[in-house]
Amino acid sequence: MTPYRIAIVGSGPAGLSAAAHAARLGLSHVLLEKTDHLSDTIYKYQKGKHVMATPSQLVLRSPLDFDAGKRETVLGTWNDQTAAAGVNVKYLAEVTSISGTGDPIPGSVMKIVTRKRDGTTETKEIQRLAPPYRLTLANGEAILADTVILAIGTQGNPNLMTCPGGDSGHVQYQLDDPTEYADEQIFVIGGGDAGIENALGLAADPAQNNKVTIVNRSAEFAQAKDANVKALMAARDAGRVSIMTETTTRSIEPGWITLDTAEGEVRSACDRVIARMGSAPPRGFVEQCGVAFASSDRLAFPKLSATFESTAPGIFVVGALAGYPLIKHCMNQGHDVVEFINGNLDLKPADEPILEAKFAGLPDGPQGSRSVADWLEYLRTSVSILSGMSSLQMREFMLDSTVRQYRAGELVFERNAPGSSLFGIAQGEVLVEVNPADPSITVPLRAGTIFGEVGLISGRRRGATIRAGTDCILIEISRNAALKLMSQVPSAAREITRITTTRSLLQIFKSGLAATDLEEVIAAAKVETIRAGQAIIKEGETGDDIFIIRSGSMVVEKRIGGKPVFLSYVPAGSYVGEMAVIDGKPRTATVRAAVKADVIRIPGEPFRALLAARPQLLDNLRAEMASRTAMNNFIESRKDSFSGVVDLYTGVANFLVEQGVGEATDVLLIDEKLCVGCDNCEKACADTHDGLSRLDREAGRTYAHLHVPTSCRHCEHPHCMADCPPNAIHRGPTGEVYIDETCIGCGNCQRGCPYGVIRMDKVPPKKPWLLGWFLFGKGPGPGEPSPKWARKADPAYAEKARKAIKCDMCAGQEGGPACVRACPTGAAIRVSPEQFLGVALMGREER
Amino acid sequence: MTGKAVTRAPRDVTHEGFLNHKGGRWAKLSAALCLLVIAVYALTDPVPPNPTGHNGGTWLGYTLGTLGAVMIVWLSLLGVRKRVVGAKPFSLKGWTSAHVWLGMSLIVIGTLHAGGQLGWNVHSLAWLLMMIVILSGFWGIHLYRSLPEKLSANRGEVTQAQMLEALRTLDRQLDSAAQPLDAADAALVRMSLEETGIAGTLRQRLSGDYSGDGNARALAAVGDKVLAAMRAGQPDERLQQIRFLLERKEAALAQARRHIALKAQLELWLYIHVPVTVALLAALAAHILSVFLYW
Repeated sequence: MTPYRIAIVGSGPAGLSAAAHAARLGLSHVLLEKTDHLSDTIYKYQKGKHVMATPSQLVLRSPLDFDAGKRETVLGTWNDQTAAAGVNVKYLAEVTSISGTGDPIPGSVMKIVTRKRDGTTETKEIQRLAPPYRLTLANGEAILADTVILAIGTQGNPNLMTCPGGDSGHVQYQLDDPTEYADEQIFVIGGGDAGIENALGLAADPAQNNKVTIVNRSAEFAQAKDANVKALMAARDAGRVSIMTETTTRSIEPGWITLDTAEGEVRSACDRVIARMGSAPPRGFVEQCGVAFASSDRLAFPKLSATFESTAPGIFVVGALAGYPLIKHCMNQGHDVVEFINGNLDLKPADEPILEAKFAGLPDGPQGSRSVADWLEYLRTSVSILSGMSSLQMREFMLDSTVRQYRAGELVFERNAPGSSLFGIAQGEVLVEVNPADPSITVPLRAGTIFGEVGLISGRRRGATIRAGTDCILIEISRNAALKLMSQVPSAAREITRITTTRSLLQIFKSGLAATDLEEVIAAAKVETIRAGQAIIKEGETGDDIFIIRSGSMVVEKRIGGKPVFLSYVPAGSYVGEMAVIDGKPRTATVRAAVKADVIRIPGEPFRALLAARPQLLDNLRAEMASRTAMNNFIESRKDSFSGVVDLYTGVANFLVEQGVGEATDVLLIDEKLCVGCDNCEKACADTHDGLSRLDREAGRTYAHLHVPTSCRHCEHPHCMADCPPNAIHRGPTGEVYIDETCIGCGNCQRGCPYGVIRMDKVPPKKPWLLGWFLFGKGPGPGEPSPKWARKADPAYAEKARKAIKCDMCAGQEGGPACVRACPTGAAIRVSPEQFLGVALMGREER
Repeated sequence: MTGKAVTRAPRDVTHEGFLNHKGGRWAKLSAALCLLVIAVYALTDPVPPNPTGHNGGTWLGYTLGTLGAVMIVWLSLLGVRKRVVGAKPFSLKGWTSAHVWLGMSLIVIGTLHAGGQLGWNVHSLAWLLMMIVILSGFWGIHLYRSLPEKLSANRGEVTQAQMLEALRTLDRQLDSAAQPLDAADAALVRMSLEETGIAGTLRQRLSGDYSGDGNARALAAVGDKVLAAMRAGQPDERLQQIRFLLERKEAALAQARRHIALKAQLELWLYIHVPVTVALLAALAAHILSVFLYW
């Protein structure tokens, strides 16, 4: 039997593209597909699902066409083109093992480490053999090939139900067509996007009469896209879907399911279980082939060269298994890997020119000028948090990042500058100006570490000015890239958490401590996610844990005269709970999350030990505590004389927190005791922003004549940014969240905004001069022109595309927010929550 | 992003109304101006000695006249300032505050400019118009202080558009609920659907009495029928449903009418204030021209 030149395992976008390219080049090849159809992962998408084609800036190199569109269209195109290209497909060919048939490769031994339940590990060693490879199929057939392309993805390896009965016949791991089932009691397990989309699909048509319950292990649907979560909540409110959170499956029997909920065990009738709990690389199989992984993390990807070759010579890995979940990337890789195998080693990846431009202008390394690959490897090995990434992941990551050289003394960023990017130091060192009053006091940060993480995690402004200490090379990682890094490379997430915890603590104590003093405290620290409204500290309870608020915000309340009274608002970056450590008394107030928050919980024990060893730290803390106690006493003293005022203050504060002010950085408030309803704010907004108003004065909630109109709050972690395909939403230099001109009008941000402040509309034509209206009534006058006028004034208006429109906080206008400037009575103000939720509010009623 | 801390454009974040803008800066300035003018008026003899005492012809008269004319023109520019927003810093609240307080001081300045000498001529017409403008302004201030709270309380969290939408929804419900009714009862529902004006006639708006309105009459008639049916021991559920809908519509109408009435009141005074201001500017021009032409 003559070996094939290339055997391709898996017919997803990557495998299919590779096979089609091999066919086009006339290479002998075989495409092995486990099922009886091509591209099983996309085949298993729900009927009619819209398939996205991101990233849009990437050129498609595959011999197959691919455009965003319906699942059916995409699959149809591929089926036709695969047949036309003459691809040699072998269906129902599940590969069970791959091994070399040549001589042992000297020094090439594959170590497979398996971790047992008791924590011990077992290491098995396999001697790698040279190609050609023998691919054994499930039916016993064998295929020989010089090279193998593994393009099996990760979806074929879903995480399985491990509870008793998890292997029953009515448990399934996919949902092909939600309209197939009717009159059933269905449980969807898993609160990721797949689970939510399945649950919504099953419940979409009331005529199907399905009773759908979605079961999620945690309290929040943190893994899913905001838009999906919102749709799910809407479906629940409409009574179409039931939601069980903090629930796990205990057992499954025919016709029944038993669940563990926070309130105890629940047994329910159940006709079908759809488990969508994610998937992982099929590590066992891949390792048996001699392919080593980058780390021991469960979610790690195989170690690959720049030509996608694994540690087993002649076995190449592409697609999702290589760490690339996006279809376009996969298809390009399929093309590229065949080019490499065919000897075209000079082929540059499709993104090469983009990356080349990023590295242009950087100083040469010691061995002369570096190639893109050299640079990527250099950055990966020099910056600690990047070390867990494969070189391919580095490529993708670098597309969203920038790298540049800073001369000694050059400013990287200033204190109070906005910014949510993360910096890594590849070479040289930077100096942190820790004391704003005296820039000469600096703390150096050395090569390998990161900075800027506070802005990334809390969404707040930069806490300190940072300058280059020596000539240095810094990589700036955009917020999106950093978030992706943290979710895809667990070791990076852990490292970032460790660094933020250390730095938060150092900041609390201001001076007199080194990172080494904190090791014990850090080791005991834990990151916890707190849902909105949940208390981390309860008044009267004993406890001495300290909490650092990483993101979100908290409110502090105290019961006075039997009623909870609002004491203060605690933004991200602050800490609470230190009083108990100092005085050892029960908690004096309740602290609860205003919005979903991430906190670092530090147990009191190691903390007290630290304080005992360093008495001057205690003094620092006492000084801070004194100011807080003074505030508490002030409000308590007011309680006696102005009980009504304190109640109103608490009421207003709670109302604002309910309105999402807790995650706001800047919010428009209207005092309805002053507002005469002239709508001059809306008119001013329209007149300063292309004729479209970004606020709706009348809509929105009101409490005690304080009105929160429908207008952007410029959230710390903007919901609108979460899912913007062209990445057109940014935070500007003065903290405003704005949408740039690359908006494609998809409406994701509008659906994602919980406050309804984004509208989709088209820009009307320019209005004639105001004086003409003033004197002769010409044109539509001040404010937003009517669509009727716009259609008349500009025939092209009707055909214009709608784009997302939102408040930009009047950035770039010298006068500040136009809505506030144009309010004739002083009813409208735009403030940060700290400014408004202070004692100043108390005086409101007395004026 | 440059990494530079960009300072935000300065903005007014103090929470105070237009009357006490910047701690009552304009109120103080206006009071001081009045006191100064009164003191100068009281302490000076008209020079050259004028047999008729203080009037616009003295140096003080000219000074006050010029000051008053400039102020009137500047104060009337509020209407322009309000509509031209641009990017530059300004506070319309500050302008309103100055407008209100300096406008009040014109009572003193204008009256002392005339030296109390009023008659049936174009000069006194300007003074009279000015006083009407100022007094209508007082009315406006009173409304601006008292009505917003009522407007806010009446609308709750409902917008005007939602109020109208609620009425349309009720109409649709009434229409479908009336389908099974006989012709006489259906006519009553049609009365509510076709003869109800939200704002009503001018007379209704002024009196606030909407009892002759289609919906009110329909509600009264249907209410009588429901009661009669109950007395007869044959309660009519369909009519009760109609009555319920008519009641809800009546409540929704009342809220919408209060809303419209309050908004109208907040604007109504301007229908005196603004046209009279225009007349005042004309009279002022005539006054100044005549003084210089026919001296």
